Amino acid sequence: MLGDAFSEAISLILSGDPVLVEILGLSIQVSLTALFCSVALGLPIGTLLAITQFPGKKACVTILNSLMGLPPVVVGLLVYLMLSRSGPLGVLGLLYTPTAMVIAQVVLITPIIGALTYQVMDDLHREYRDLFQSLQISVGRAVPAYLWDARYSLITAVLAGFGRAISEVGAVIIVGGNIDHLTRVMTTAIALETSKGELAIALGLGMILLALALFVNALVTWIKGAALRNAYV
Amino acid sequence: MSSPSIQSLQVTDLCLTLGNRLLLDHMHFTTAYTGTTMVMGPNGAGKSLLLRCLHGLLTPEHGQIDFCGHAMSTLRHRQAMVFQKAVLLRRTARANLEFAAKDRGVTRDTIDQMLTRVHLLDKAEQPARLLSGGEQQRLALARALLTDPQILFLDEPTASLDPASVLIIEQLIQEANAAGVKTLFISHDLGQARRLADDVVFVHRGQIAEHTDASTFFTNPQSKAAKAYLDGELVL
Repeated sequence: MLGDAFSEAISLILSGDPVLVEILGLSIQVSLTALFCSVALGLPIGTLLAITQFPGKKACVTILNSLMGLPPVVVGLLVYLMLSRSGPLGVLGLLYTPTAMVIAQVVLITPIIGALTYQVMDDLHREYRDLFQSLQISVGRAVPAYLWDARYSLITAVLAGFGRAISEVGAVIIVGGNIDHLTRVMTTAIALETSKGELAIALGLGMILLALALFVNALVTWIKGAALRNAYV
Repeated sequence: MSSPSIQSLQVTDLCLTLGNRLLLDHMHFTTAYTGTTMVMGPNGAGKSLLLRCLHGLLTPEHGQIDFCGHAMSTLRHRQAMVFQKAVLLRRTARANLEFAAKDRGVTRDTIDQMLTRVHLLDKAEQPARLLSGGEQQRLALARALLTDPQILFLDEPTASLDPASVLIIEQLIQEANAAGVKTLFISHDLGQARRLADDVVFVHRGQIAEHTDASTFFTNPQSKAAKAYLDGELVL
């Protein structure tokens, strides 16, 4: 039975099954949109936290680090409460839409990208601080320099965020509802198809998800290797 | 040593406290506005802290630092520093110089000339952090000189370097001195100090134990600590 399911899963992938393609397309669209928003938020937050001094900075860093471990179902619940009809953002009518899934993923991965960015930038700032002060480099010139010099490490952080987003299920199933042709993504589809006993589709999606995870990790390894070869980390 | 004048670097009553510890203790000295002042003393004496205060990387608790009648804080753009461990950006050797040269009207030709002076023109496009220790320190010195400093701070720039790199760095410092740059140089290398120093500030336990011209310092040190240091004894 398992062997049959595997063969069927592989044939579904190879034939470009429309259901699989649709689910894959939505998954990537939602996760990339969330990633774009999280990068726009997380990189500046992490960088500013690293290179500026202010009262309560340690508390902010602790909170940011703690948010990395946010349970997805709790995030899903909180976003659900915000977007539900009786919630503060209920009038927007976003619940059970891909936008709601994007919001949930942004809440989940922004702290990851922000905290990893902070760690990278904090190390770099400790190394460059005296030099930049000596060279009279303004903050306006320093920030792009930090971002450029940390580019390899930051790409790794961004890919880690993407990996988290694409493989997340708890939050998106709560706020997306796993609606066919609307909010069904790979992880929620795997959960549903498995419960229905439709192992071929579940396995097919699982293989694609694994391949994506493998691709992202391979990319991270390659980037790290390239950076190390040039002493750019 | 020399009497306070407008043509000098004057340090008056400099104190630095970090974590309730008085690390620089009421330092006074006046030195010429050109030439090389060698800052010497045992490890932990406060030499690097002194240089960092002079350069503005640390803010002293109190004290006055003047250069040719101007507060040092108003001359930051005319100062440069080379650190004991070269701090290089994660870019090519040339890009490191370009970064420092930006907004200073430095041309590509000038950068090439500077790379030639430090014998790194053939390695201009290599990642700076893959250069050898000596090459990295030469690049750091090139970057400092490219900013056209009037005052150059050197915190053990030749520690652990091969003789060839030391020679190149010393030549560049002598050329800078000849062009009118004031150099404050920390070194534990007595031979190097004899070759380069016009005067020596000897720091011990956060105080200026002695400030004399170089020949007096090496032949007839005035303080017990300096004498012990020159004799190779443990100075605590």
